[in-house]
Amino acid sequence: MQDLKLLANDKRGKTELGSRRDLVGWHEVTQGSILPSFDGDAIGIALKKAEERVYSNFNSYTATVASWRVQKPVFNIDVCIDCQNCWVWCPDSSILSRDKQMMGIDYDHCKGCQVCSEVCPTNPKSLLMFNEYVQLEDALASWPEKKKKEK
Amino acid sequence: MATTSIKNLKEFSTTNDRFEGAHTLCPGCAHSMIVRELMNCTDDNLVIGSNTGCLEVSTAVYPFTSWDTSWIHIGFENAASAISGAEAMHKARKKKGTLKDNDASVKFVAFGGDGSTFDIGFQWLSGAIERGHDFTYICLDNENYANTGGQRSSATPIGSTTSTAQAGTHSYGKKEKKKDIVAIMAAHGAPYVAQLAPNKWKAMAKGFQKALETEGPCFINTVSPCCTEWRFDPKDTIGITDLATDSLMFPVYEIIDGHELNILYRPKTVIKVEEYMGAQGRYKHLFKPEYRHIIDKVQKDIDEQWDYLQRREEARI
Ligand SMILES: Cc1ncc(C[n+]2csc(CCOP(=O)(O)OP(=O)(O)O)c2C)c(N)n1
Ligand code: SF4
Ligand code: SF4
Ligand code: SF4
Ligand SMILES: [Mg+2]
Repeated sequence: MQDLKLLANDKRGKTELGSRRDLVGWHEVTQGSILPSFDGDAIGIALKKAEERVYSNFNSYTATVASWRVQKPVFNIDVCIDCQNCWVWCPDSSILSRDKQMMGIDYDHCKGCQVCSEVCPTNPKSLLMFNEYVQLEDALASWPEKKKKEK
Repeated sequence: MATTSIKNLKEFSTTNDRFEGAHTLCPGCAHSMIVRELMNCTDDNLVIGSNTGCLEVSTAVYPFTSWDTSWIHIGFENAASAISGAEAMHKARKKKGTLKDNDASVKFVAFGGDGSTFDIGFQWLSGAIERGHDFTYICLDNENYANTGGQRSSATPIGSTTSTAQAGTHSYGKKEKKKDIVAIMAAHGAPYVAQLAPNKWKAMAKGFQKALETEGPCFINTVSPCCTEWRFDPKDTIGITDLATDSLMFPVYEIIDGHELNILYRPKTVIKVEEYMGAQGRYKHLFKPEYRHIIDKVQKDIDEQWDYLQRREEARI
């Protein structure tokens, strides 16, 4: 399994929302102000993967919403068929897919909505929800068996 | 035009997201599923404008932006005006050759909620379409003013409870029918008009690509289930959308040049609308005997509309 750290940009999820006190307040922002999403040129950004981009500190990619989560999805690569259902329907851009393969979850941006687990078609599911404090190894060790079809 | 392959989900998934996480939309919100799909179906440069509403306020939480494209933060009624202005300026500068990259392909897109599209920004949208700017307007139709606490809009269906049309002992919720925005937009003569749904991802991606490729003003209404105001569990967003398209409460279809109508999804088994309604808290009261007739009325309207759409498709008029 590819190291998930390689898929993350250094800047990912470093800042809590609402924690930046170093900036001017709302009232001082003048009409027509621009917040750049990237440092430097953004041309061709669609062709760059997250780990290749130079995000600015204004990009919400550099922020985290991990504290919203009560339950987290855990990914079991042994069952996954790379259908990419989870990728297309995740509302928080938190499914890390590369070269047609599902690699894992971006826990800085995942809010634990459980949509990915619901749309996962495998038996047993390749994505299941666990309490936030459960260790990934323990979650994987407790994975359910294949369910028999009900007649 | 640089389109991404949408042949199957595997190929589609090789696109690099341009809509970033750590926005503050509710967990399970369909708005972001729809926005991600629009941005993922093209590699072109995008200029996007958003009307005030859940999407806009949640993706621009100062000092952050969730948009990896040019994005204009604008008032409740103004997305169509802002995007027309940007498009007109781009065209003029292209003609003069004063753009940084004169050959780059740029697409103009506006997102509005149903409140801003069906009601408050309606006049400005109508004007922008009549003027014929080259842009795609996408309505995120969650059938209420979600961002301000779930007031009724002219997109709210009859019988739904909202904070300004509440169900109770003397009321079954909203009394009026939903406005038929797709027909209204098609009547403007827009070259491409459609109603799409995120559960049918391929039809949606195809429709988005068609709209982006088509020159002139295109309009797409997308069903965007809102777990908070429709009152269902966030994990069920796609399941609820399935019920919406399979009950034909939200038929998936397109209208080209104001007349050629194509149905893009035909459910194998059409389900009854009460199955769709029963899955959401906003319709709970309709299952009381005294309000049951409203469900029957909605079912009758759906059957009639489906019949009409099929006839129009066949007649090619
Ligand atoms: C002219 C004006 N009137 C009212 C408001 C307050 N307001 C902000 S968002 C909103 C509701 C938006 O509803 P909708 O367009 O359906 O988008 P949703 O939040 O449901 O996605 C309202 C009423 C405003 N910002 N401007
Ligand atoms: S739980 Fe929700 S936010 Fe997290 S990865 Fe799954 S679909 Fe995305
Ligand atoms: S939905 Fe399930 S099987 Fe499909 S890619 Fe995601 S984890 Fe794998
Ligand atoms: S209130 Fe509804 S539309 Fe708004 S963010 Fe929440 S789920 Fe999405
Ligand atoms: Mg709305």
